[in-house]
Amino acid sequence: MINRSLKTLSQMLAEKQISSVELTQTFLNRIDALNPIINAYIALDKEKTLAQAKAADARIAAGNAEPLTGIPIAQKDIFCAKGWQTTCGSKMLANFIAPYDAHVITQFDAVGAVNLGKTNMDEFAMGSSNETSYFGGVKNPWDFTRVPGGSSGGSAAAVAARLCAAATGTDTGGSIRQPASLCGFTGLKPTYGVVSRYGMIAFASSLDQAGPMAKSAEDCALMMNVMAGFDARDSTSLNREKEDYARNLNKPLQGLKIGLPKEFFAEGLDAGVAAVIETAIAEYKKLGAEIVEISLPNTGLSIPVYYVLAPAEASSNLSRYDGVRYGHRAEQYTDLMDMYCKSRAEGFGAEVKRRILIGTYVLSAGYYDAYYLKAQQIRRLIVQDFVEAFKQCDVIMGPAAPSTAFKAGEKVDDPVAMYLQDIYTISTNLAGLPGMSVPAGFSTGGDGKALPVGLQIIGNYFDEARMLNVAHQYQQVTDWHTRMPDLAAEGLA
Amino acid sequence: MEWEVVIGLETHTQLQTNTKIFSGASTAFGAEPNTQACEVSIALPGVLPVLNKEAVNCAIKFGLAINAEIAPRSVFARKNYFYPDLPKGYQISQYELPVVGKGVVTIQVPAVGKNETYEKVINITRAHLEEDAGKSVHDLKSDGAVASMSGIDLNRAGTPLLEIVTEPDMRSAAEAVAYAKKLHELVQWIGICDGNMQEGSFRCDVNVSVRKKGSDKLGTRREIKNLNSFKFMTQAIEYETRWQIETLEDGGTIQQATVLFNPDTGETRAMRSKEEANDYRYFPDPDLLPLEITEADKVRVKAQMPELPEAMKARFEAQFGLTGYDAAALTASRELADYFVATVGAGAEAKPAANWLMGAISAKLNAEEKPLADSPVGAVQLAGLLNRITDNTISNNAAKQVFEAMWNGEGEVDAIIEAKGLKQVSDTGAIEAILDEVLAANAAMVEEFKAGKEKAFNALVGQAMKASKGKANPAQVNELLKKKLGA
Repeated sequence: MINRSLKTLSQMLAEKQISSVELTQTFLNRIDALNPIINAYIALDKEKTLAQAKAADARIAAGNAEPLTGIPIAQKDIFCAKGWQTTCGSKMLANFIAPYDAHVITQFDAVGAVNLGKTNMDEFAMGSSNETSYFGGVKNPWDFTRVPGGSSGGSAAAVAARLCAAATGTDTGGSIRQPASLCGFTGLKPTYGVVSRYGMIAFASSLDQAGPMAKSAEDCALMMNVMAGFDARDSTSLNREKEDYARNLNKPLQGLKIGLPKEFFAEGLDAGVAAVIETAIAEYKKLGAEIVEISLPNTGLSIPVYYVLAPAEASSNLSRYDGVRYGHRAEQYTDLMDMYCKSRAEGFGAEVKRRILIGTYVLSAGYYDAYYLKAQQIRRLIVQDFVEAFKQCDVIMGPAAPSTAFKAGEKVDDPVAMYLQDIYTISTNLAGLPGMSVPAGFSTGGDGKALPVGLQIIGNYFDEARMLNVAHQYQQVTDWHTRMPDLAAEGLA
Repeated sequence: MEWEVVIGLETHTQLQTNTKIFSGASTAFGAEPNTQACEVSIALPGVLPVLNKEAVNCAIKFGLAINAEIAPRSVFARKNYFYPDLPKGYQISQYELPVVGKGVVTIQVPAVGKNETYEKVINITRAHLEEDAGKSVHDLKSDGAVASMSGIDLNRAGTPLLEIVTEPDMRSAAEAVAYAKKLHELVQWIGICDGNMQEGSFRCDVNVSVRKKGSDKLGTRREIKNLNSFKFMTQAIEYETRWQIETLEDGGTIQQATVLFNPDTGETRAMRSKEEANDYRYFPDPDLLPLEITEADKVRVKAQMPELPEAMKARFEAQFGLTGYDAAALTASRELADYFVATVGAGAEAKPAANWLMGAISAKLNAEEKPLADSPVGAVQLAGLLNRITDNTISNNAAKQVFEAMWNGEGEVDAIIEAKGLKQVSDTGAIEAILDEVLAANAAMVEEFKAGKEKAFNALVGQAMKASKGKANPAQVNELLKKKLGA
């Protein structure tokens, strides 16, 4: 049951082989058993969840079900959901109950999907290992000593350990794709502006984008059909015609031009990961694709540019957490300034503080031109790299992350090593392009443990349906996406 | 040593939109605290701004009204600073690329000690859209607690503002106030601001510096914040100017600072020096797209705009033969101009209408401290009165009595004329009869007139008017008397 595709679950619900309440309870039971160890969820509210399941069953009975009606979905705790604790992984918002719904939540509610709970994440989505969460790290279901990636680490572990039917994530520099790679499932970051950011707690506004995290490309397509769409409350939301992201899934790939950027296969890429990617590319050749070598010459600048722009925006976005209206406020303070300082010092963790400091610095008088403006200029060069590349190919492929899942604690004291986790994903955020990670095999590390590797597919603007097709066809001839971690081996389940 | 004061103004005008600049919350004044604070006003996690198009229309109207360049592309920026009534920790404003560029406002300044004005052109540097902050309410006593608390009311947070910035073009408090008044009228004229200064809809920050006359270098300025009455503005500038001159003459220096005016003491006092000033870390707001305004937008907005005061002034001169002074005075406010147009529209002649409006009615309103809207004599009633003068029913003198009665609510024109028996005698025979009596009774005066004393003629007219109890038509009396005396 827990391993079934969304399409199958939807059919089973429609045919009354199972009720949404039963399906939801199955996942809730599994969460009860596994979450205390994996820590994928920050907030659960069984009463609300089961009430939604009951309502979904009534809707199915009434005959007006949508494809995701009654399907239990895990929501990253970055989305405000009315009446739900919404923490964004931070002590600052540990007690914050959202009084309104994010657009993404509204979309899922509208089709009668069930909100299973709010998933763990790096604090304010800042991190690549889920270790910056105030609510503790998340275990990678493939190896509990390793991280699930981040920032959408809770959603990633929940999908991988089958603690939900599918999950939502957000991706500012790789926060959907890197954990999808490290946990072995399919994740899609759509084109910037395709999914409304309203009610999604901002990290870096010009880069943040929500997307699906699921077991297959087909599941991601069904999720996208719910998540995508114009929302007048987000000025950067794109007013495009509604599309069916599943429409192209079954198209053959004959003649597909795959661009391989040489910069994605250079120094810094783990040999085991490289081997998996090469095998995947060979599989695509068998499916009729042509391979084109391309260059994204400014790839190396994407991390420095990102770590100017994202913290700049974050430093401003996080100013609202001042202890005045909601969120954490220090208990003892002498005056207003003291209240600000203590509340923020206590409420934010080290990585968030680091980025606020970087952001404040690069926006300061005298530094703005050298950092912020320069970074914006380079960002345009990075966009240009992709424009040139897509003249030669239909999709770009490469690794989603430079390595498999690393050990908890391994990079936590080395921010630069941690930032390099996003070397292959960040440039698509800077360009606003869609990207996804698809399970492509396993690489065995030093301790003999086989860990999943994700193949990244980058598409041109609004080419999500094409990318899902490219991923789906691969998933028709491979079974990497169906592999599940053996939780029994971890002494569980 | 002769000193010169140099003044520039920054004016925050609250735009008359139904909803806030970046959300759908109401902008109505005076509601219970925080009842008009939606999730965006409170800056809850995850909320986003959406620009109110009506606020943009207001900015376009202002740009057109001051003949300014309206930017085809302008950018909203974040001005970052912490303050409890600034919910996001930044204010969305415009920084490098404002919506309205350079323009001009022409002002009439009362000349010192003379009953006349001179004209001056004030250059507008820019005008930009931004959001207002909320309000801090200090010294709230919480129930039973010893400590006093501060409250935050976010009803005003997000109210649209147009900040209008001038060049340092003004050289006296009178010029600054004339500009502020002109701007105050203009924004109401084009319907973008209600002009209510008590409610803070129109607030001025005045930058004041002094320098030796003839110098082309600007002195160090101090900024007087948040003046919300023209009287205070005059007092504040005059005090500040004196203070700066005295400081410099005593060998001191002026530190750039923000100062507040205390209406109780009439003094300005430094609030914070610029050294402690914030670095606002402006950067383009990634939540908002650049604001694009097309020629078509401008044409559409222009079609919604009323005739502007300058154009109306020129039209009044051409159409009604009014002097430039009269036309300027009548177009000093939209209400006055509307009243004048309505009076003429009701059949009154333009020149007398202008005279009565700026004379008798203005005097009454001033004396009673009433706005024109509350005048007991409306445009149609004034026209009725003026028509009775024109058709010789009453004399000018009688008209003053009738006006007084109308002002006091004693009724309509004709009824008052009837009741007071003020109808003018225009019957030639009747006037001749009176004149004959007057001439017979004042033979000595007639002799004096014939001997060349012109004054005697006026005396005879006076006698005739007296004999008619003021009702004789004075023009006819003059004419007939001349005939009888063979003059």
